[in-house]
This record gives sequence, structure tokens and C-alpha cells, in this order.
Amino acid sequence: MARRLVGFHVLRGMGVTLKTFCETYPWGRAVLRVLRIPSTNGLVTIEYPEVKQQHSERFRYFPFLVYDGTPDDLRCVACKICEQECPPQCIHIVMEKDAQGRPVKVHGRTLPAQFDIDMSICMSCRICVDVCPFDAIEMDNAYELSASDRFEHMLFDKQRLLKSNEYFQQIKPTEASEVDQRLAAKQKKTAAPAQAQPASAAPSSPPAAPPGAGPAAPPTGRTPGPQPTGPPRAPQSPPPGA
Amino acid sequence: MSPEIDTRPQVETQTLEVNLGPQHPSTHGVFRMVATLDGETVIRLKPVMGYMHRNHEKIAEGLTYIGCFPYTDRLDYFCAMTNNLALAVAIERLAGIQVSERGEYIRVIMAELTRLVNHTAVTGFLLNDMGAFGTPLLYAFREREKILDLFEAASGSRMMCNYVRPGGVREDLPAGWVERAWEIVRAYPKFLDEFETLLTKNDIILQRTQQVGKLPQPLAVSAGITGPMLRASGVNYDIRKVDGYSVYPRVQFKVPLGTVGDVYDRYLIRILEMRESLKILEQALQALPTTSPSISPKGAAMGKAPRTFRPPKGHAYGRIEAPKGELGFFLVSDGSPQPYRYRIRPPSFINLTVLEDMCLGQKVADVIVILGSIDIVLCEVDR
Ligand code: SF4
Ligand code: SF4
Repeated sequence: MARRLVGFHVLRGMGVTLKTFCETYPWGRAVLRVLRIPSTNGLVTIEYPEVKQQHSERFRYFPFLVYDGTPDDLRCVACKICEQECPPQCIHIVMEKDAQGRPVKVHGRTLPAQFDIDMSICMSCRICVDVCPFDAIEMDNAYELSASDRFEHMLFDKQRLLKSNEYFQQIKPTEASEVDQRLAAKQKKTAAPAQAQPASAAPSSPPAAPPGAGPAAPPTGRTPGPQPTGPPRAPQSPPPGA
Repeated sequence: MSPEIDTRPQVETQTLEVNLGPQHPSTHGVFRMVATLDGETVIRLKPVMGYMHRNHEKIAEGLTYIGCFPYTDRLDYFCAMTNNLALAVAIERLAGIQVSERGEYIRVIMAELTRLVNHTAVTGFLLNDMGAFGTPLLYAFREREKILDLFEAASGSRMMCNYVRPGGVREDLPAGWVERAWEIVRAYPKFLDEFETLLTKNDIILQRTQQVGKLPQPLAVSAGITGPMLRASGVNYDIRKVDGYSVYPRVQFKVPLGTVGDVYDRYLIRILEMRESLKILEQALQALPTTSPSISPKGAAMGKAPRTFRPPKGHAYGRIEAPKGELGFFLVSDGSPQPYRYRIRPPSFINLTVLEDMCLGQKVADVIVILGSIDIVLCEVDR
């Protein structure tokens, strides 16, 4: 084994740390430039609560329900496919029924009376979005959803899950416009035979924003307080037994 | 010496049992080692695991095939992409799904980026275990961060990607992704050079790792060790070459081999593998077809309606070369939308079985280094 200068490579390694140290500061980069040492910009810590990282468009965290126009016009038809496919089973849906037990239909569509997602169980997998045939559920990118009470705050009910299509457009422009195109195409297909029916708000051209409904809620849907005031369609329906 | 000492009775020595873990910073999770020490030398070592058992295999029997994917992300959380890929390969074998050309390339790119992530991080952790607290680990994490951003751009999540699907990937790459990937691939060799300047010939590292935790070739083979650990012992076995799955036969790369099989070899193999991964990435990014869709029709249909996918009765074993070794999924189908049996062959767990053999006769401080060099993730060990 050849004799080596003990410690030489340790010192060389320290040169690397010194260089990295310099790269992290503007003055350090100036020094490196003067010394003609090729360098890159170091990665600087993002000072989180004050500064937030820019997420990519596809960043997903928690699902929300999309509505067109007013919160009544939610796209979900309570078909329960997402409930069935959600791997950790954190979605709970009850279809809106009248006194006779028949599904209530508005614009020919059924509606969910209750739509709950337990955020503490959701694993942000996006499978509900993939399986929904109506593009009614999408992934939100708001991530500051921690709360002190698991049952009060982490169980998102329908009111808290509802977000407008404009909000969706805002956070995920590419995906939202794709969805809009798809829905418009679908609507054209269904509207062609049944001309008489007044089309319910073309998704791409939303009507004037409903006053007070606050379509573009701040991304941090943390406050469970004031809810968008939709018509009281069974908002306080008693929780299902068990 | 003075005669009094000779007449005194011999000093009684006892062995000492030491519990390392389960809450120990260098056990990489909740893992316990019961080491019996004679002085500082290890004479027996019993690994205790199972603290992280999540019942994944049983839960999967109640899920659809697609529903299993998010759970595989959580096996080895460094390598979500390769975990997804292994399951996808198994499902494709089971149902005979054809993968689209572009999908194959995207998967290989993701798998090799994952290898970079894993090997960089594990090298940093190994150094952390050796006492180089922080510095190499943070350098490693700095680079890892850039790749994780790429994962986020493509899949929506940095670590829990849930991206690969039978037949291809869940959605196509976003605009500008390939350019960003090129940037990283071009810059990475420079980082590796720097990393190697810092580590490879460092006297302290040489002393801590050379001739430590040797794994003889016959034992490695008979114990079923795979991955960088096996190759560090000099066995030329890389599933990318052996099985030639995906587009690996179409790209040029070498399989680095070690000679001694000690911790240092394992470190060096990982560095060399990263360099080979970069070569694969360059070729794959170059060859990435722009035309064909990333998902084959059958795979896409399956993603939309998981319950309609009923693979024929039978069983299949799909395996890939994950960064940690051979990751395989064994699936038994009874013709229903849910797997009848779902079994994982986790590389971490099987590589861990030789821990005692490597540690016997070594000092207790080396045990940590040896464990670090195996590269385990407890979520994969316990499942
Ligand atoms: S969100 Fe979609 S899949 Fe879920 S119940 Fe509503 S329409 Fe059906
Ligand atoms: S993201 Fe996944 S876990 Fe969360 S509600 Fe949707 S399907 Fe369920």
C-alpha cells in the first residue's frame, strides 16, 4: 500500500465545505468570482412561515368539490364511485332523498346531501379525482390545514369542501382548462338531442360571481367559521347514526 | 511485573447486552438491535423489527389493483417511483398489459432519478452515522431536493408520487419538464465530483469503513442479498441486465462491482452507480419519444375505473432493480378486481438478514456504520 500524505484529503474536503459556504452568500460568490473558481448558487433556506415555496401546478394535497357558478351547481352527483375507490375509505357520501326515499333531482342530476372527507385519513393519493366520471372532485394545493381538533376541524363537510371553478382555474390553470374543455364537449353532446333544456351555466363562462358566496376563498381553508351561504339544503341534517 | 499482581485472581469479565433502538437516531427508523458485547466487541446481535408493521399486504387484498399504488409509495419512502414501477410491472405480467413506448422511457427516467435520490441520500446518512454530522447529509439533501421538485412537477407529490400505472404513467410529463431534467442531469456529475472530493479519499472515512463489515461473496449469494450490497461483494447481478425489462436493454451502462465487500465498497458502488444512472438518464432523455401517449388504452381505462379491471386467474411475479435491491411483487388473482394474494419481496428486509454475520467481531461503533451501509428503510422492512 502506497504511503499517503495523511490528512491531505481531509483538507481538500474542507476546501469543498469552504466553497459551499461561500456559495451561499452574495459576498462569498463575489469572492469566488474574483478567484475564478467556478461556482453555482447555493441553495438558500426558505424561511417558511414568512416566505412560501412556489409549488408546481400539479402539487396536490387535499380534494375539494368543484361547483360552477353558485355553490348549488356542484358537479357531484353523489354516484359514490370515489367513496368506493378511496383506498383508506375516508369519504362518506349520502345522497339527497325526498320524504319518499327517492333521489332529489335538480337539473336532472342527483345531489349529495352529505359529503364528508376525513382529512386525517386522506393520503393525498388523487385516486378520487382519477375515478370521478364527472370531474366533480379535484385536488387542492392548500396545505396549511393543521388543526387542534381532529373531529371538529379535520372532518371536512360539504360546505367546506365546496370551491368554485374559478378557484380551480386559479390554482391549476392547465388542468382546469382541460377539464372545462372536456365538460363542454360532453355538454354539447348531451345538449344536441335535448335542445329544449336550458343549459345550466356553461362551465367556461361563469356568470357574475355570486355576491357574498366568496368563490375564491383563500387557499388556507382553515377557518370553519362563516360558510358560503347557499340555500339551506339540509345543511344541518343530523349526522348519520353510528 | 510485580509478583502481587500475578497472585491475584483473574479479573472476571462479563458480556454486556446493549439495546440499540428502537428509538435510536442511527437505526433509520424504529429498529432495535440487541447486541451482546464482550468489551467493545460484538459477539452476538439480534435484530428486532416489526415496530412499523402496517399490514400492507393484507390491506391490499381488500383494495383494487390501482388502490394498492398509493400504499406502495409508503414502503420505501425514498423510492416511491420504483415501488410504483415494481407493482406496475407485476400487474402488467398478470394481465398482459402492453406498455407504451413513451411510458417506458418516462418510467426509466423516473426510476433512475429515484436511484440518484436514494444513493445520494443514503451516502449522506452513512456519513451521518459515521459522525460526519450534517455536512455530507445536507449536501446530499440539497441535490435530492432538486430531483424531488421534478417529481412534484410530474406527479404532484415530492415523495408519495403514486405516478406509475400499468401501461405507463398516470399523466404525461408537464411542459418544460424534460428541460428541467436535463439541467439536473448536466449539473449532477459536478456535484458527484465535489462529493467524492469530500469523501472518497478522506482518511477518516477510509479508516472507519475499509475492512469493516465484510460480506463474503458466498454468504451474500446464499442469503439472497441483492442490489448494491451484492455487487459490492463482487457478484455481477443486476436485474436491469439480467431481466432486461423496460428499455434497459436499449441503453448502455455498466454494472460497477466491488472487490472486498466492505462498507467502503458499498459506498463506492453507490457513487459509481449514480454515474451510470446519469448515463442512462442522458440516453433516455435523448430517446424519449414525443409522439406516443404515455398510457396504453388498457392502462388508462384501468385508471379511470379500477373495478372493471379483472385480471385473469393466475399469478405473476414482477421484479425490478430498485435502488436498494430486488423489489418484487407477487400477485395472485382469482379473477376478481382485488388481488387474492399480494406479497412483497422487500430488498431492505432481506439485505438486513446478514446484519449479524457482518457485525460479529466488529466494534460496537462499527455496527452503526454497517447498518447504515446496508441501506434499509424500516417501512419497507416491516411493511
Ligand atoms: S365526487 Fe365524483 S365520483 Fe365522487 S360521488 Fe361525486 S360525482 Fe361521484
Ligand atoms: S386523495 Fe385519496 S385518500 Fe384522499 S380522499 Fe381522495 S382517494 Fe381518498
